[in-house]
Order: sequence, then C-alpha cells, then structure tokens
Amino acid sequence: MWMDHPGWVLFGTWVGALLTLGIMSFLYKDNPVYKFCEALFVGISAGYWFVSYFWSNLLPKLGDPLMQGDLLVLIPGVLGIMMLLRLVPSIGWISRWPLAFVVGFTAGLRLITYLQSNAMTQLQNSVQPVISYSATGAFQFWPSFNMLLVTLGTFAGLLYFFFSKEHKGAFGTISRIGTWFLMVTFGAAFGYTVMGRMSLLIGRIDFLLADWLHLIN
Amino acid sequence: MRREIPTFIALFVGVVCIVQFFIPHRPFGTLVDTFSDWFGILQAFAIWLGALNLLRVSTQRTLAKKSHDRWYGIVVILSFLLIAIIGLFFSGGRGFQLAGTRFDYLYVNVYTPLSSTMFAILAFFVASASYRAFRARSWEATLLLLAAFLVMLGRVPVGDTLTGFLPEGYRLSDVASWIMTYPQVAGQRAIMIGIALGVASASLRLILGLERSYLGGE
Amino acid sequence: MSATEPTMTRAPFLERMMRIDRRVIFILIGVALIFPLFFDITQKLPVSREVQMAADALEAVPDGALVLYSMDYDPPSAPELQPMAVTALKVGLRKKWRMVIIGLWPQGPQQANLALRSALADEEFKDVRLTEGVDYVNLGFQSGNEAVIQKMGSDIPSTFPRDYRGIPVGEIPIMRGIKNLGNFDFVVNVSSGYPGTREWVQFGVDRFGVRMISASTAVQTTEMFPYVGRQLAGLVGGMRGAAEFEQITSTPGRALKFMVGQSVAHVVVILFIVIGNVAYFATRKSRRDK
Repeated sequence: MWMDHPGWVLFGTWVGALLTLGIMSFLYKDNPVYKFCEALFVGISAGYWFVSYFWSNLLPKLGDPLMQGDLLVLIPGVLGIMMLLRLVPSIGWISRWPLAFVVGFTAGLRLITYLQSNAMTQLQNSVQPVISYSATGAFQFWPSFNMLLVTLGTFAGLLYFFFSKEHKGAFGTISRIGTWFLMVTFGAAFGYTVMGRMSLLIGRIDFLLADWLHLIN
Repeated sequence: MRREIPTFIALFVGVVCIVQFFIPHRPFGTLVDTFSDWFGILQAFAIWLGALNLLRVSTQRTLAKKSHDRWYGIVVILSFLLIAIIGLFFSGGRGFQLAGTRFDYLYVNVYTPLSSTMFAILAFFVASASYRAFRARSWEATLLLLAAFLVMLGRVPVGDTLTGFLPEGYRLSDVASWIMTYPQVAGQRAIMIGIALGVASASLRLILGLERSYLGGE
Repeated sequence: MSATEPTMTRAPFLERMMRIDRRVIFILIGVALIFPLFFDITQKLPVSREVQMAADALEAVPDGALVLYSMDYDPPSAPELQPMAVTALKVGLRKKWRMVIIGLWPQGPQQANLALRSALADEEFKDVRLTEGVDYVNLGFQSGNEAVIQKMGSDIPSTFPRDYRGIPVGEIPIMRGIKNLGNFDFVVNVSSGYPGTREWVQFGVDRFGVRMISASTAVQTTEMFPYVGRQLAGLVGGMRGAAEFEQITSTPGRALKFMVGQSVAHVVVILFIVIGNVAYFATRKSRRDK
C-alpha cells in the first residue's frame, strides 16, 4: 500500500507533528501559525463531513434508489433541496418544511424514549427494597444503607428541581439535602472531566514523543 | 400557509412516531422506518448546508477589503476544496475511507492531529481554571471539592499507594467507586429524570404546535 | 492596624500564589505528563464493579457468537476510546466472534479499522487470518443518529445497504440471515457523545432488548452510571476504565501504560487547587480589611 511506504509515513508524521505543535502554540498566545492551523482544521473538517455524507448516505440512500426507479425518495430529496434554499434569503422560509419534519420526527421519538429509559426505568431502579438480607437471612447493613442513600438522594434531588413550591420548611430542608447529592455528582463529573482531558493530552504527547521523535516506545 | 404547513408536518410526523411505539405494525412501523431513512437524508443535507454556508462566509471574508484575516478565509476554502476533491474523485469512490486511500491519508495525518490537539489543549485550561475558580466558599462548594478530590485521587494508582496502609475495601479507589456508584448515581438520576420530563413536555409542545419558535418570524 | 500586620507580612507570598501566571501552570502540566511516559511502569489496579460486569458480560457471550460493534467516536477521544475498542476487538478475536462493525459517527468506522489493525498486530493474534465479509464486516457510517438504531430494530440490510468497501450487503456472507438487532447476541458500543450510549440504551436496549456494554469517554461516563445494571451489562469509563479493562481481559495496552502519567497529572491539578484555596483563605482577611 503506497501510504505504508516509509517516505510517505515519515512525511505524514512530520505534517501531523507540525500541525500538533501549531495548535499548541496557542498556549503561549494567539498567533498566525495557530490561526492558520485553526483555519485548516475548519476547512478540512467541513470537507471531511461533506464527503462522508455524500458517499455514506446521499448516494446509497438517495442516489441509488432513484436510479432503480424508487420515486418515493424524491420526497426527502426535494425536502433536502428546500433545506439548502436557506442559503437564498428571499426564499429561505421554504426550509421550514424540512425543519418541521426534523423537529416532529425527533420530538416524536424522544417523547417516549426519554420517558421510558430516563424517567420510568430510573424510577424503577431507585425504588427498590431498601432492606437487604443475605442468603442466610441475616440483615446486611451496608447494602441496605447504600440502597437507602440512592433512593433518598434521588428523591431529594428531584424535589430540588420542583420549582412550583417555595423551598421552605421540611420541603426546603429535603431539597437542600438534594443539592448536596447534586454537588457530589458535579464533583465526580469534574473529577472525570479532568481525567478525560488529561487523557487526550497524554495521547498527543505520546504521538509527539513516540511516533515523531522516537524517544519512547 | 408559511406556518400552517410546517406545523401540520411536525404534528403528523410526531404523532406517527409516538403511535408506532404502541402499534409497531403496518402502517405505523413501516412509516417510521421510511421516516428514519428520510431523516438520515435530511441530516446529510443539513451537513451540506453547513459546509456550503461555511464556504459562503469564508468567501465573503476573503473578498472583504481591509480584513486582516482574509488569508485565513482562503485557507478554509482551499483546505475544504482539497479534501472534498480528493474524497469525491481520487479516493476510490465508495471505498473512500479504506486504509490506503488519499482520503484516509489526509484523515490520519491532517484531520486527526488537528482535531485531537484542538481538544487536547483543553487539559491546560481545565487545570488553570480549577486553580483559579475552584474555591471551598460554602458547604456545598466544599462537598463538590471533596467529591472531586476523592474521585480524582481514587481513580489513579497513586490514590491506592497513598492509602495502602488501610485494609482492602477502604482505600481511595474503593471510596471513589462508592461515590460513583451511590451518591453520584442518586444525583445523576435526579438530573436525568428532570431532563426526561423536560424533554417529554417540550416534545409535546413542539408536536402540538404550541411551541413554534423554530419556524422563526414571518 | 496592628491586627492586620501579621496578615500583611504573609500576604505578598500568598497573594503571588493566587496570581500564578497561567503559562506556569501550562508548563507544569506539560512536564507532569511528559516525564512519566519515559518510564514503563504498569501497576496492578483494583477493578471496579462496572468494568468487572463488562468483562463478565463479554465472557458470558459464547464463542462464535454474532456481535455488533457500534463505534461512535472520532480522533479527539481516541486516546481514551481506542484502547477500549482494541481490547473489545481482541476479546472478539479470541472468542472467534463474527463481528459486524458500524458507526453512527462518520469517523467511527475509520477508527474501527485502525483498532482492528492494532488488535491484529498483537503477538497473540499473529496467526489469525480474517476474511473480510466472512469473519467480520465493516458496514461503515450511516447518518440519522438514533433513527439509525430505530431502523436497525426492524431492518438492518436496508439501513446499511452497502459495506465500507461499497459491496452490497446481499453479497456479504456474514450478513446472510441478519435481519434486525434481534439477530445479534451482544452489542459493544464505544461512545464519545451524541449519538452514542444514551441512544443505544433508549432504542437498542429498552426498545429492542439487546444486551450491551458501553465503553465511554470519562466526560460522559458519570451520566451513564445510572444505566448500569438493568440497562447496561457493564461500563468501561475513561482512561482508568480502559486500563482496568485491559488488565482484566489480559490484553495489556496503551491505557495501562498511560496510568502513571494520569496519576501525576491528577496530583498536579489537585496541588494547584490546594494552593489556590490556601492562598484564598489566608488572604481573605486582608482583602476584607482593604
């Protein structure tokens, strides 16, 4: 394969390394090299998506059926062209038709799936027997405590999001406890975000040290 | 007419999608299968719309006199044309993503380093922002900070090295796992259920035409 | 005035600590991440419940089963997800699964190809000769996000009319007899956002009843935790999850290698937070007095 030729591999690695450094130069300050790389990124990304959607979707789902005489696909084809007409301000309003299709379809699917997967099933998961017994019938403290914690935490957190009643008295106290659970959730999310971001950077540094400079394996 | 027809389309398509959850047979099931394909095609057109709009904006930017960054507009246009022409005409057609095509070479050596580094440098800003903004100003903020600390330390090997003197089950990795599995899940579920109810009510408003802001002004 | 004097003498240093130039932080983070890469240290990690569940779920899938890999990610999240994808594919190779690969992201199938090449480059699989279209197939990308999964629930061949190479599905041996998601014994989803695990749970799991594990980026992992158990058979989250996954499946790779760097980076971030807080509280009184 031509791109496995050492010359092409070396050239590609150097291009990749220089572009990596070009983007990283932003850490010092905004500069023309970074701006060049940023513009290149925007253009290449848009082109990548443009090409991918043509070969993977528009051709097999629209072009091929049309060639085989399936005229039904003319409907999404026409709707798609109506969408592109948004680029012409005087008749841009016509793009509302395909947009309405997209909105109706997405809303219709999500209405049920969100209720089923993210509301009902989560409630089912939370409302479990909170007293746990072992196989021999002995009471288990920690599993019971943990289950109770999840049930009460979910309930308290939900109360915090209930804005139709003033957060005072017992209601206020429970919703305040709800915020504690939310804070733990946000803290954990922050911890994981740091982990994620650092991983991505490690990946780039590994590329520079291993693939480009061959300083490590 | 400019608003009535789109409202009717959203209502019809939305209702069909809801009904097929309960009656997955003909005609609802097959209609939603067809709609799914159409939706994919429209998404492709939407991506094309975005790409063409980018070209238009970049062309305007390039042609604007006295613009300092007109050269970057040219870079956007040329790089777009480069990968588009290579991908459409010089990468083996439908097998354009196969290893060894020119398109794949650009993907591996240009697209990948640019996109990866763009996201990777966020690591520096996350570190800097945590130092500047993460303050234990209140009980709630302290709780957040504490959870973050325990999770961050507990999810890397050094956490267990620091608490190696404790019995198994009580070390930092165990604490982090406990936080993730119980209190974190409780908070996450509350958020999840709240969002689900919000999505459901917003969807209903969109389908029934009570919410029509997506149609814009007349 | 006398009450503020001790604070004032402490203040210059601490106040400087509150105004560390961001570039100093950048350099320290960079150094913290570069040095550990020179050391080839891998530590044994305690495996968390959700990763153990994922490994057990994969183990329970019989040899020769038909498994769907939905690769829904792109290069920016590859440092985290590529090791997971490689590990999941190695498990598939080991168990001689018939693997069908798809992507709800355009970049997914390309990443899958790279992952498969990495997996096959492993010493363990040096004698494995896969025939594309028979042992595995890459069906490529389809647009439509969750609509793709919805359609796969009833008709996969019309959802993916051709594979990655452009060959019609009717001519691909492994696709014979595959009608919909119900034909798959298991689904592995490698996900970095939308569309991804959430949509797979909503449609694939809750609607069409597939059994599935998710390999997620750290950023979205916390949101996926509530699904673990009833909806997800296991969850591999972030670099740590990837490392545990490699360890428990005995396929050591990049994630385990990167854990030392990850440790140092976390410690540096924590130190900066501590410095920021200590300086903030120590100088708070002097700021109030001013």
